[in-house]
Amino acid sequence: MPQKNTESALSPEDAARLEAFEAHVGKGGYVEPKDWMPERYRKQLIRMMSQHAHSEVVGMLPEGNWITRAPSLRRKMVLLAKVQDEAGHGLYIYCGTETLGVDREELVEALLAGKAKYSSIFNYPTLTWADIGAIGWLVDGAAIVNQTMLAKASYGPYARAMIRICKEENFHKRQGYEIMATLSKGTPAQKAMAQDALDRWWWPSLMMFGPSDTNSPNSAELIKWGVKKKTNDELRQRFVDLTVPQAEAIGLTLPDPDLRYDEETKHWNFGEIDWDEFWTVVKGNGPCNKERLEARRRAHDDGAWVRAAAEAYAAKRNGHNRATAA
Amino acid sequence: MDSNAALVDFLLGLGDDRLVLGHRLSEWCGHAPILEEDIALTNIALDLIGQATLFLGLAGDIEGKGRDADALAYFRSDREFRNHPLVELPKGDFAFTIVRQFLFDAFGYHLLQALAESAHEGLSGIAGKSAKETAYHLRHSAEWVVRLGDGTEESHVRAQSALDEAWRWTGALFVPTPAEAVLAESGVAPDLVGLESVWRSSVDEVIRNSTLELPEALPPTGKGYRRGDHTEHLGTLLAEMQSLARAHPGATW
Repeated sequence: MPQKNTESALSPEDAARLEAFEAHVGKGGYVEPKDWMPERYRKQLIRMMSQHAHSEVVGMLPEGNWITRAPSLRRKMVLLAKVQDEAGHGLYIYCGTETLGVDREELVEALLAGKAKYSSIFNYPTLTWADIGAIGWLVDGAAIVNQTMLAKASYGPYARAMIRICKEENFHKRQGYEIMATLSKGTPAQKAMAQDALDRWWWPSLMMFGPSDTNSPNSAELIKWGVKKKTNDELRQRFVDLTVPQAEAIGLTLPDPDLRYDEETKHWNFGEIDWDEFWTVVKGNGPCNKERLEARRRAHDDGAWVRAAAEAYAAKRNGHNRATAA
Repeated sequence: MDSNAALVDFLLGLGDDRLVLGHRLSEWCGHAPILEEDIALTNIALDLIGQATLFLGLAGDIEGKGRDADALAYFRSDREFRNHPLVELPKGDFAFTIVRQFLFDAFGYHLLQALAESAHEGLSGIAGKSAKETAYHLRHSAEWVVRLGDGTEESHVRAQSALDEAWRWTGALFVPTPAEAVLAESGVAPDLVGLESVWRSSVDEVIRNSTLELPEALPPTGKGYRRGDHTEHLGTLLAEMQSLARAHPGATW
């Protein structure tokens, strides 16, 4: 079926609304759930926000993998708290997405059916304890760069969620960096563990910002509507500029022989991202895509009787309350 | 057994129960039936590990051999763990996790309430704080026991079978160790016999509301529990929990 050209199908009334909407977001105005918005804007936000919520939930798996083996009680508690925060972020963003007229159940169904995406970074395995450090430092660090921008997004509920979530992500990043710093001044085996984790997580972290600007179909529209304020490549550059000195400070080496500081632009130039790997993982063929989705499906299927019991019990209580009230 | 050794042994038991049960709960992280329960179970695990850290830390201080909470958690063998067998059983399905948690929360709550009045100041402080947290845990697990028991036919069957299985291990909750006998005399720890009746009546009330059924009496139990005897499950739990720390002895994390 050919795609409908919504722009040309607009009634004069809607054309006027669209013009007013674009003028409003163009001036940096916020859009609230009850405001008129183009259908395409609503769809884009549902896509972005639900992907974000799914990423929080799927992201619990690789880190959850190390809770039972965390090497000290303090590290175990910090990791538990972090993964709990992520579940909370997921819940919070699902609620935010519901303000756009979808419900959480639909969104979860789309994830489990493999129709909705989540951040590809979580399709990589956590092989050692240092991976927990690398994820906090790099993955949460990259998320902060992205979310700091999204905290100014034109959709009010998303922007407000990002402000709150960013505060917690800062703690997560700090704990990850601290794990890496501790390992890198630890025993030779610990330092090697940290470097190995950095070697494996660096490039996938750069891929978190999405395809390059020349290859990013959604970017222009999202920027026009004030959902995004910067392009993927701008955000990626910001992340590299922030991270290079952090790696140096703890004596670790970023696995990129092309990394050079450019005195003129005041930016760090970096090597070419392996876009074949990027698309392989996005399309479902990364090292853990299958395992992550299976784990989510298993949790959902195994939990079906629990959710049914909770509903049945709530229905009984409501019936009972109604009977007592009458 | 002198009173210091008794106190160390008792504190290890308090710490180990919470460490091991917190471990079992943390196994749910990312795999719970609904996201709200991922949050709740992780939160309870976090509280329990926090309590374990305090109890083990105090045990190490009183023992005076330079062992801190981490050394006690990661570098003791299964025969040295003092936890109840109930907490080390595998997490099972959600019904088993909830029912086991409920039975332990009720026990923990009453025990900690009593310990908050302990003649030992360090112990009473930790117990008072922990009792407040445990009141929330108990409310959470008790609500779920009722929901599962009085939910659907399937949830009722699962909850009843979980209760039958977990119940087998409750006898050991009320058999005093030699250390507890010493501490009960000096007013540091409560008398477990008194505790059993309070526990039983709060368990009975929830079980009645849940439409589940409980056996009359506590099951018989082996005498070696909390003195080095365990189920076969603790060894593998500790093998996992301690693996990284033990692979790098002396390392700082």
